[in-house]
Amino acid sequence: MAMTVRVVERPRRPFGTQIYLVEVWKGLAVTFRHFFVNMARHAMIALGLKGVTPGSVTIQYPEDPAVLGKRARTRHRLLKRDDGAPRCTACLLCETICPAKCIRITAEDAPDVLVEKRAKTFSIDLGMCIFCGYCVEACPVDAIHMDANDVEIAAYGRKDMIWDMPELLGDKKKCSSR
Amino acid sequence: MSALSPEILLWTAVKVLAAVAGFGLGIAGFLGWVERKQSAVMQDRVGANRADIFGVTILGLFHPIADAVKMLTKEDFQAKGVHKPLHGLAPMISLGCGMFCLAALPYGGTIAAFGRAWDLQPIASSVGLPLVLAALAFGVHGIVMAGFASGSNYGLLGALRGAAQMVAYEVALASSLAGVMFIYGTLDLQQAVLWQVAHVWGIVCQPLAFILFLTAGAAITKRTPFDLPEGESEIVGYHVEYSGMKFGMFLMTDFFESIVVCGLITTLFLGGWAVPGLDLSSMGLLGGALMLASFTAKVMALLFLLMQIRWTLPRFRFDQLLDLGWKNLLPLSLINFLVTAWLVYFHRTGALSWR
Repeated sequence: MAMTVRVVERPRRPFGTQIYLVEVWKGLAVTFRHFFVNMARHAMIALGLKGVTPGSVTIQYPEDPAVLGKRARTRHRLLKRDDGAPRCTACLLCETICPAKCIRITAEDAPDVLVEKRAKTFSIDLGMCIFCGYCVEACPVDAIHMDANDVEIAAYGRKDMIWDMPELLGDKKKCSSR
Repeated sequence: MSALSPEILLWTAVKVLAAVAGFGLGIAGFLGWVERKQSAVMQDRVGANRADIFGVTILGLFHPIADAVKMLTKEDFQAKGVHKPLHGLAPMISLGCGMFCLAALPYGGTIAAFGRAWDLQPIASSVGLPLVLAALAFGVHGIVMAGFASGSNYGLLGALRGAAQMVAYEVALASSLAGVMFIYGTLDLQQAVLWQVAHVWGIVCQPLAFILFLTAGAAITKRTPFDLPEGESEIVGYHVEYSGMKFGMFLMTDFFESIVVCGLITTLFLGGWAVPGLDLSSMGLLGGALMLASFTAKVMALLFLLMQIRWTLPRFRFDQLLDLGWKNLLPLSLINFLVTAWLVYFHRTGALSWR
């Protein structure tokens, strides 16, 4: 195969670009505009004016709540049926598909004959979870969602990262061992 | 009254202390805050606002103090292979040169108060401009010494970049001022201000020199677009082996040099302490206060501009940097000087009278 030579033209810049001063001034105009517009906005908000666009896009996170996307995958949540019993039928599909092996389910007989089986314990180790969402997709009875809109799941120990069934159902508040 | 009489020496000491500790350190500390907040506002951010004293933050004004406390209490680590005496001497030379330059700027003229004349320039000298430029250029010794004493190739390379850049721009810096000095007919900074008070500001009669000096001055301060000697985040520079307050001294040197360059521009191009339409020298104490305020306001405005340039432009490549210094700024300033010299000559001989 013959070698091909491609000649790349050097970019030809007009004199006005080459002396650079005009371009510097254009750049400065942009940053100066941002500076003074934002200063005016900060000042108007400090004076108590309503309906002013904020001078910054920063979210002061720990004080202000985090803004999450509508479809953001966050902490897991177990859903209940209309009668208040957990929807989970302990089919172990989520435990099987989980690539991080972070779900542990033990099954027992359900009093409801139509359901036959239910989860005795259901725990997720969020310290191992990779938030892939496979468990949600695998579930045939729509028992698990990842829409708790809770991203503050950090804990002081690995044990505390494991959420059990009442905590995932929302019946019990997650409490840290510290 | 001789120049070495006790009260003159005492007044000079007070002035030097006020210039370095009050003006220099005050503005340098303030600049740390300005740098954070100005860059934040122009980039649609909030900026540092968390440092507080008893829950009071005042727009993050305590951050420079927190910085200083951090620098002072950090371990002064010296790596194996460091040349200890030079390693300690380098930041002192850098910072000392910046401090000396500050002491030679004319913050005000001569005012009459309490029955005698008070000169507001800390170190008055008939060769003030070469003195400041020499001290500014001497700062490069601190950089080279820092890189050499670090025992690190990264530090040494950064120092060599610094030396090449400082030399390139020192030449352009000095030669861009030649035309201005030719018009003023003096090397004394105070006399230069008085000439501008009597005639016209330097930026009007030497606009090209103003732009050249501003560019070369920005390069001398070793801040972004021209921060190749340091390049904190990408190309580590001459202070890579420094920590604690020694690093802080290099950091402050940058701010001090910025202040000195802005002070020189103010003195030589923006009329120094003068306020148009006011005869400050005959107004006594009020005139003195106005002189200091006017000088400080002009310096602050220039620092604002330099800071905006620093946060707007990306860093030059090193060959571009040297091209700009040797091939563009130097010839332009020499042409500027030649044209100015001919015009002044024709004007003095009367061959060029447009009135």
